[in-house]
Amino acid sequence: MKILENHRLIWSRLMVGFCGLSTLLISGLLLLVLGYITLHGLPGANLNFFTRLPAPVGMEGGGLAQAVAGSFILIGLACLIGIPWGIGAGIFLSEVGKDSWWGEGVRFAVDVLSGVPSIITGIFVYSILVVKLQSFSALAGGVALGIIMVPLVARNTEGILQLVPQGLREAALALGLPFWKVILKIILPTAARGIGIGVTLAVAGVAGETAPLFFTSLSNNYWSLGLLEPIASLPMEIFRYATAPFAAWHELAWTGALVLITIVVSGMLLARILLPGYNFRR
Amino acid sequence: MLNSCKLKIAGLQAWYDSRQVLKGFGMEIRANKITAVIGPSGCGKSTFIRCLNRMHEIVPGARVSGSVLLDEQDIYRANPVEIRRRIGMVFQAPNVFPAMSVFENIAAGLSLNGLRNKQKLREVVEKSLAQVGLLEEIGSFIHLPATGLSSGQLQRVCIARALAVQPEVILMDEPCSALDPIASFHIEELLSELKQQYTIVIVTHNMQQAARISDYTVFLSQGDLIEYGSTPTVFINPRDRRTESYITGRSA
Ligand SMILES: Nc1ncnc2c1ncn2[C@@H]1O[C@H](COP(=O)(O)OP(=O)(O)O)[C@@H](O)[C@H]1O
Ligand SMILES: [Mg+2]
Repeated sequence: MKILENHRLIWSRLMVGFCGLSTLLISGLLLLVLGYITLHGLPGANLNFFTRLPAPVGMEGGGLAQAVAGSFILIGLACLIGIPWGIGAGIFLSEVGKDSWWGEGVRFAVDVLSGVPSIITGIFVYSILVVKLQSFSALAGGVALGIIMVPLVARNTEGILQLVPQGLREAALALGLPFWKVILKIILPTAARGIGIGVTLAVAGVAGETAPLFFTSLSNNYWSLGLLEPIASLPMEIFRYATAPFAAWHELAWTGALVLITIVVSGMLLARILLPGYNFRR
Repeated sequence: MLNSCKLKIAGLQAWYDSRQVLKGFGMEIRANKITAVIGPSGCGKSTFIRCLNRMHEIVPGARVSGSVLLDEQDIYRANPVEIRRRIGMVFQAPNVFPAMSVFENIAAGLSLNGLRNKQKLREVVEKSLAQVGLLEEIGSFIHLPATGLSSGQLQRVCIARALAVQPEVILMDEPCSALDPIASFHIEELLSELKQQYTIVIVTHNMQQAARISDYTVFLSQGDLIEYGSTPTVFINPRDRRTESYITGRSA
C-alpha cells in the first residue's frame, strides 16, 4: 500500500513537472520570437516606414506604406468573404444540419477545404479570377485569403455554438420565438466572444499567407488601392526584402514582420477586450 | 365555466427514434387548476408535458401521434411557434439568457417577436416581475445581467419571462428541483396565486409538493397513465395499487 502511494506521488510530481516545463518552454518560445523580431524590427519602425514607398537600392528613408495599406485591404476583403460565409456554415453545421446527411456533407467539405494547401487555393483563384480579368488583383488576393478563412471560421463557430447549452435553445423556443430568431438573437450573442476570437485566429492564419498571393495579388511598388490592380502586402514584401542582398532591405523586412505581428496580435487583444463573455453554468 | 377543460388529450403516443416512451393515453386538463404529474424517473413525465406545447418534436428523431386540443383547437394542426406562445414552459434549470439583462430576458418573448413600444414593454416586464414577487427584490438591478442572482431568483425570472408572453397554460418541469426549500416554498406560493389566471401543469418528484399545491394529480408509469383524479383522492384513496405503492414510497 505504502509503496503504491509513493509511486502515485512520484508520478504525479513528474507529470506536474512535465506540464510546468512545457508551459515554460512555450511561453519562452513566444517571448523569444517576439523579442527577436522586435529587436530587429523596432529600429526601422518610424514614420517613414508607414508613409513612404520603397526607396531605390542605396537610398535611405524608404518605407512600406503601400504594403501596410495593401495588407489591410487584403485582410478586409478576406473578412468580407470569410466571416459571413464561415459563420453561416458554422451555424448550419451546429444548428441546422447537425445530424443529417447534408450536414455530414458540409462538414466533410469544410474538412477537405481546411486541408487544402493554401498554394492550391491560390492556383484555383488564379485560374478563375486572374486569368479571366487578365490581371493580378487585390480582389483575387482577398478572395483567396477569404476562401482559406472559411473552414477555419466555420469549424470554430460550430465548436463554440456546441458549447451553448441546449437548454437555452429550448427556453427560447418555448417562448414562441421562431427558430431563426432564437439562433440570431439569443444563441449567437451568447457565443459572440468565442466566435469573435475564432475570427481573429483565422485572420492571424491568413495574414501571413504568402504562397497564394504569388498567384493572386502579386505585389506593387507603388501606392495602389484599386481592387482590380495588383496590390502589395506585408508577407510578400517581407519575402522579397528578406531574401535580397541589401542590409537596408533586411531592416525593412524585419520591421514589416514586426508590423504584421502587431496587427495580428492587436486584433486578438481587441476581440478579447471588446467582446463580452458569458459563462453558462449547467 | 367552472372546471372547464383547457387541454384535451387523446391517444397520445411519443417516440424517440424507434423507442416508444408514451404508450397512448388521454385525459382532460382543467382550466385554472394546478395539475401535478408524478411518477418514477424515466416514466415519461417530461416527454408528456413537452408533447403539450410541441417541444417534443425539436429533439431529432422524436415523433408524436394522437391529439392535443387547446380549447377546441388541435395544436398539432397549428403553427408550433404560436402554440408555444399560448402554452409556455418553465424548465428544471433556470435558463436565463446570459447575454441579456433581467429586463431583456423578461421582455424577450415580446420584443423579439416584434413589440417595439418601450412603454408597453416596461409595463409588461414590471407586471411579470411583480407577479413572481421580484419587483422590489430586483429593483435597480433590472438592467444588469442576471448573473448575480440566486438560483431561486433566477427561476422566478424564468417564470416571469414565461408569464410576459401572456400564455394561457404554463407547463413546468420540476421547477423547484434545483432550488433550496425556501426558494421552493416561494415558488409554490406563487403557483397558487397564478392559477387564478393560468392553467398550470407541473411535473414534480416531490410528493409533498404535489399534495400541497395541486388540485389534480396524474400518475404515470412506464409511459402509461395509471391514475388521474383530484389530488386528495389520488393521495388518500388511490384506485390502483401501483399508485399507492409509489406514493407511499414502497416502490420506485
Ligand atoms: N432526448 C432523448 N432521446 C432519447 N431518449 C430519451 C430522450 N429524452 C428522454 N428519453 C427517454 O425517454 C424516457 C422518458 O424520459 P422522460 O420523459 O425524460 O422521463 P421523466 O421526465 O419521467 O424522468 C426515458 O427512458 C428516457 O431515457
Ligand atoms: Mg424529467
